[in-house]
Amino acid sequence: METYKLTVNGQPREVTVDPGTPLLWVLREELKMTGTKYGCGIGACGACTVHLDGVATRSCVVPVSLVGNRPIVTIEAMAEDPVGRVVQDVWVSHDVVQCGYCHSGQIMAAVALLKSMPKPTDTDIEESMGGNLCRCGTYVRIREAIKAASLQLR
Amino acid sequence: MIAITINSANSLQLSRRSFLRVCAAAAGGLLVSLYLDLPLVAQEGGQPKPQVYPPDAFVHIKPDGTILITVNRLEFGQGVQTSLPMILADELDADWSQVKAELAPAADVYKDPLFGIQFVGGSNSIAHSFEQYRELGARTRAMLVAAAAEEWKVSPSQCHTEASVVYGPGGKSATYGKLAEAATHQSIPATVQLKDRSQFRLVGKRVPRLDSRPKCNGSLKFGLDLDIPGMKTAVVAHPPVFGGRVKSLDDKTARGVEGVRDVFEIPLVRGTGVAVVADKFWIAKQARDRLKVEWDLSAVEHADSAQLSAKYKALARTPGNVAVSRGDQKALDAIAPENRMVVEYEFPYLAHTPMEPLNTTIRFAGDRAEAWVGSQFQTVDQTAIAEVLGLKPEQVTFHTEMAGGGFGRRAVPDSHVQREAAVIAKRLRGVPIKLVWTRENDVQGGYYRPMHVHRVEIGIGRDSMPSAWRHVIVGQSMLAGTPFAAMMVKNGVDETAVEGTADTHYNIPNFHVSVHHPTPNVPVLWWRSVGHTHNAFVMETLIDELAARAGIDPIVYRRKLLRADAGKLRRALDLMDEKSASWRTTLPKGHALGISCHESFGTAVACAVDVSVENNRPKIHRATIGLDPGVAVNPLTIESQFQGGIAFGVTQLMAKGAITFKDGRVEQRNFDSYTPPYINDAPTAVDVHIVPNSEKPSGCGEPPVPVISPAVVNALARLTGKRYRSLPLVSI
Repeated sequence: METYKLTVNGQPREVTVDPGTPLLWVLREELKMTGTKYGCGIGACGACTVHLDGVATRSCVVPVSLVGNRPIVTIEAMAEDPVGRVVQDVWVSHDVVQCGYCHSGQIMAAVALLKSMPKPTDTDIEESMGGNLCRCGTYVRIREAIKAASLQLR
Repeated sequence: MIAITINSANSLQLSRRSFLRVCAAAAGGLLVSLYLDLPLVAQEGGQPKPQVYPPDAFVHIKPDGTILITVNRLEFGQGVQTSLPMILADELDADWSQVKAELAPAADVYKDPLFGIQFVGGSNSIAHSFEQYRELGARTRAMLVAAAAEEWKVSPSQCHTEASVVYGPGGKSATYGKLAEAATHQSIPATVQLKDRSQFRLVGKRVPRLDSRPKCNGSLKFGLDLDIPGMKTAVVAHPPVFGGRVKSLDDKTARGVEGVRDVFEIPLVRGTGVAVVADKFWIAKQARDRLKVEWDLSAVEHADSAQLSAKYKALARTPGNVAVSRGDQKALDAIAPENRMVVEYEFPYLAHTPMEPLNTTIRFAGDRAEAWVGSQFQTVDQTAIAEVLGLKPEQVTFHTEMAGGGFGRRAVPDSHVQREAAVIAKRLRGVPIKLVWTRENDVQGGYYRPMHVHRVEIGIGRDSMPSAWRHVIVGQSMLAGTPFAAMMVKNGVDETAVEGTADTHYNIPNFHVSVHHPTPNVPVLWWRSVGHTHNAFVMETLIDELAARAGIDPIVYRRKLLRADAGKLRRALDLMDEKSASWRTTLPKGHALGISCHESFGTAVACAVDVSVENNRPKIHRATIGLDPGVAVNPLTIESQFQGGIAFGVTQLMAKGAITFKDGRVEQRNFDSYTPPYINDAPTAVDVHIVPNSEKPSGCGEPPVPVISPAVVNALARLTGKRYRSLPLVSI
């Protein structure tokens, strides 16, 4: 067990865990922030996506020991984020979610995309969102919502 | 999901109350019996016996005007948590902005009005509860009006309601919130007048989901997110071959992981396994991965996909148990060889892989227990948990948790996940145990859409239409050994294996379908749209091929071949034809059109797709859907269900869309090796068009799934000249 000082959604947090513990399980079980989801544990579905130093990252494959001093931002902070707030609102107004389980990760990926690429094309969307699985198949509405958010953010 | 449809051609023939029993030999010689009291209703017209449901179990109006409506189904994406409250709120004349919804725990009052168990399946949540929720709303409204009338000393007929307010003569008015307490003292009316459908204010409107915001900000708690004080997490090592048993266990290293509380062998529904209980999930998983288990796999069959394929293909050349036989069986042989075709299809096992991995939390307190399950099968799961714990079902408080998808995987007749959790919770009495199936447990854990082989011989008549059809289907029965076998497996035919073929809406005069049900050692289960997944593929690709062979437009050909009474399908086809006309006729070079239509769960669907080939994969640029679901309660939800169901159906076409076996072991582990569709694989756009229809509503959860894969390969056939009869679609 090791103690790690993390910055999560702007707040300093301290956890004592095995160094190999993935960031996902630190968030979910140590910090009780369950908005970030477990889907596969191998970085293949994107349900666990968080922003690590602003980069959309699969938290299920990042050991806490490798986080260092990079700030961690999760779905729980998106309502306070200028882009995150717009994306969440558009997600609601476009009735995007179905079961909703993957959408913490979808929204985190979409926010990262819009921050780096304010006017994404269909190809940009496919490339950036291409690793986020949704078994309900909400993809058509995800596309529409990202385009609508892009318009609102201009 | 369960494909029990009262209104299907093969109507249920059962006494009103039938006690069905299924026994499964669980490990350790324990005989597990599950008694289900299924008041199956096979009454005239498939209508449930009139029953007065107590409004107080479904509607709670608070003094501030908030209306809390209880939903008797699992919400796992299909939107029932919005659409059922809409139905009730409409008859109640409620102010929709004040309506909230909650999921019902397991209880008799929340059982399906027709089937007598609490469940989601067969796309029938709305179909079966439409009248029930209307009546609940109307009764509640009548009680509120009666309370107001009593207070005002007027006749109820002098009052009317609008947006959660009762209005009386002389400008009197009172909100539902103010009247709620008094209304509870009114008697529940035995009969109520329902609205004329022209008076609906919510039903038929595009009403946004009630649960979007908490699903977008991470605050919504799914079953996996539960955190109960003192809770421990359990992870289980399953045998590598179904039914295998622990021969020896070395758990020294596993127990050395800090935070591990217990390691022990447990009975499974098939064989035995090893449970690891720890403070946290990650600790439990680490410890499980350090277990050294030697398995005894000698007494169980080792399934092997290549061998099964050969065996199924041989079986398909022999007649099976007859599902339907119409006209002259020998008509086929009289047709000249050049007008005959013989084709063979093969479909793999498929896993459901809902995004939220399977889980169950149970706290056993000796004389009672509490369970938290994202369950499609509350009655069955509650009964199973009670049985393992030596309790009566009513001693198990059963909470229905929000679930991250399901597609049938959370409706399991043997409740194997809940039994595992109960066995562990029983040993650790007093400690809440959250059992988590890792994704690997899920992908390798069985309960798949069964593998199938179809062999079809077709004779084509002078009019270019099929005049004789001999069809043999080979695949495991999903229902054999379950409580549903008594009603849905007849004369050796599991209806769910032949649905979509045996009851085809095409007019084929000499039509013969038979089925073989082998029993390899692989647990199988309904997968969203059940038998229609493979039957629609076979039927719709063959009809398309016949149309192409005849040189007739695929829409025109289908219209000619559909039975005169296939009204819903004709309307769906016509609407799709109209709505796709503009793009169908102006396809870019390298693109092709694919058509399909299919009716399932009472809903008719027609589909047109625009497909090209990119990187040796089908690129689906667009899908246009016409559908006829009867009354469309929430067209917005239906649109979403169809867009999503179309994407789900693409699973069948994925290069890695198969579960395969070698020497009894599943060859896939996770999403890297069993890969469902991502955004690039799903259609770029899906436009959904609903036929206006005031007939009673039919389901919309499953009917989108069957149409997409045949439509896509029909388009591919136009591009490549090849026909695709073996899935997954490894190459084009």
